[in-house]
Amino acid sequence: MSGTCEPMMTSNQTLFSYVLRLADDHLILSQRLGEWCGEAPTLEEDLALANIALDLIGQARALYAYAGQVEGKGRDEDQLAFMRYERDYQNLLITEQPNGDFAHTIVRQFFISAYMDPFWRRMEGSKDDMLAAIAAKASKEVTYHLRHTSEWVIRLGDGTRESHERMVEALDDLMMFTGELFEMDAVAQEMLQSGVGVDASDLKAEWQHTVQTILQEATLELPKAGHMQTGGRMGRHSEHLGHILSELQYMQRSFPGLTW
Amino acid sequence: MYSQGLIGADGKTHEDAAFLAAFQARIDAEQKIEPNDPMPEGYRKTLVRQISQHAHSEIIGMQPEGNWISRAPTLRRKAALLAKVQDEGGHGLYLYSAAETLGVSREEMTEQLLSGAAKYSSIFNYPALTWADIGAIGWLVDGAAIMNQIVLCRCSYGPYARAMIRICKEESFHQRQGYEIMIALCNGSEEQKELAQDALNRFWWPSLMMFGPPEGESVHSNQSMIWKIKRFSNDDLRDKFINASVPQAEKLGLTIPDPDLKWNEAKQGYDHGEIDWDEFWRVVKGDGICNRERLKNRRRVDRDGAWVREAAMAHAQKRAARTASARIAAE
Repeated sequence: MSGTCEPMMTSNQTLFSYVLRLADDHLILSQRLGEWCGEAPTLEEDLALANIALDLIGQARALYAYAGQVEGKGRDEDQLAFMRYERDYQNLLITEQPNGDFAHTIVRQFFISAYMDPFWRRMEGSKDDMLAAIAAKASKEVTYHLRHTSEWVIRLGDGTRESHERMVEALDDLMMFTGELFEMDAVAQEMLQSGVGVDASDLKAEWQHTVQTILQEATLELPKAGHMQTGGRMGRHSEHLGHILSELQYMQRSFPGLTW
Repeated sequence: MYSQGLIGADGKTHEDAAFLAAFQARIDAEQKIEPNDPMPEGYRKTLVRQISQHAHSEIIGMQPEGNWISRAPTLRRKAALLAKVQDEGGHGLYLYSAAETLGVSREEMTEQLLSGAAKYSSIFNYPALTWADIGAIGWLVDGAAIMNQIVLCRCSYGPYARAMIRICKEESFHQRQGYEIMIALCNGSEEQKELAQDALNRFWWPSLMMFGPPEGESVHSNQSMIWKIKRFSNDDLRDKFINASVPQAEKLGLTIPDPDLKWNEAKQGYDHGEIDWDEFWRVVKGDGICNRERLKNRRRVDRDGAWVREAAMAHAQKRAARTASARIAAE
């Protein structure tokens, strides 16, 4: 720990920002998955998607609570989750993309899980004890998410002609949001250098290997990487986020400051 | 959650008197009837109808509460609500499985739900309008369901009784969770208390209706009692529910919306006002505000998911074929 006040402040702010963006990823994705409740193609899948959503909410809660603690301004998990403006959310763009059909939801979850799986495993070695502890729990959960979505990618890719076509479309639609997963901005760099964060750019090879292995079994191909969308980490979102927030924040905005 | 008293037993059987007497002797000796045991056709039909109706209620019941998952006021409430609605899906699964032991498939039962031939608990045709409704549904609707279900844990049909034991444990957790939402509201601001009272006003009477019409009007109830599928009358269970709920409302500082509700010292229980059975039958017969929507949603979900189920089947067949040809090649 630094001996002077100034770098300590900066470092805390960076850590806050780093934890908060991770929390946002998990909250927004869980909000999307929650929309599936009661709507899945089979009852078993309804339970499975709810399980994944619950894991993500749990991870988001742990991260928001920690972010609030790091920030030190008395904001709790709910104030951070519900009481910020659209430009203040720093989630990855892929997490806010609409559920679409089941193929889109599965591809979105598969892309993210194939990234979060090595991400959390590396985070287990973080110098930050809290992040390492959150990672230890999350990495077990995401292993299941990756397995579950991989199985569906294979079934749907190598299922019927219709399911194959739907998967091709979903892969095409979501591919442009995958570049952002591996970006390293100043916050991420600083966290990496201090031994707290993960080198996201270094996860790309493993991600590609995981994704391509499964897609091959599914008789599918990873689309060519064209222009990659970016902006989530700077609060520049797609139009979808505003609608997510207007539902998510409805109660807290309508009845500010109350206990539920 | 929610088997309700409107289910009647089908007493028609073609079995001879000796068979029926032997069956009844097992029931009277409190022996559990298991899937492969001989049973009267009427007993089987009654159970299939009751268990599938119960399963359908769980599935349709996911809708009113699912309506609030995206808007739950805190992360803790969101997680608890999602877990609760997920439990309901799980209850639907165990119950469909219990019914399948009687020789009917999940697909057939689903078809009956989607075509409107099978009923589900009418309480889910009432809308969940505010967050307080999530509290009231947990407290009252799950509370009423538990009154029915505790008794079903001793139902004469083994698979149903065993499914109910697990379901009851989860339901009583849901009920406490709902009541805890009500406590938070009633300890809160004036507007929160108003939300709580309004939810109680709207859900009180429909919750009482969940026990079904009084015995005189519930035609086949008697046969269900003899077969020990059912063990208490609708009115007895309703009274138990009222007696348990009134002090809970008092503790919350809420008023039960029944001006005729009063303590009856002689029966050591509450007397209640007239239940609007016209409303009950109107909603059961399809004219509640949500009936059409609930079924249309289920049909849409079924339709939208068809390609996924077909793909899963096609993939499983391809796999099996590949495994088989690999085995032949190896031989």
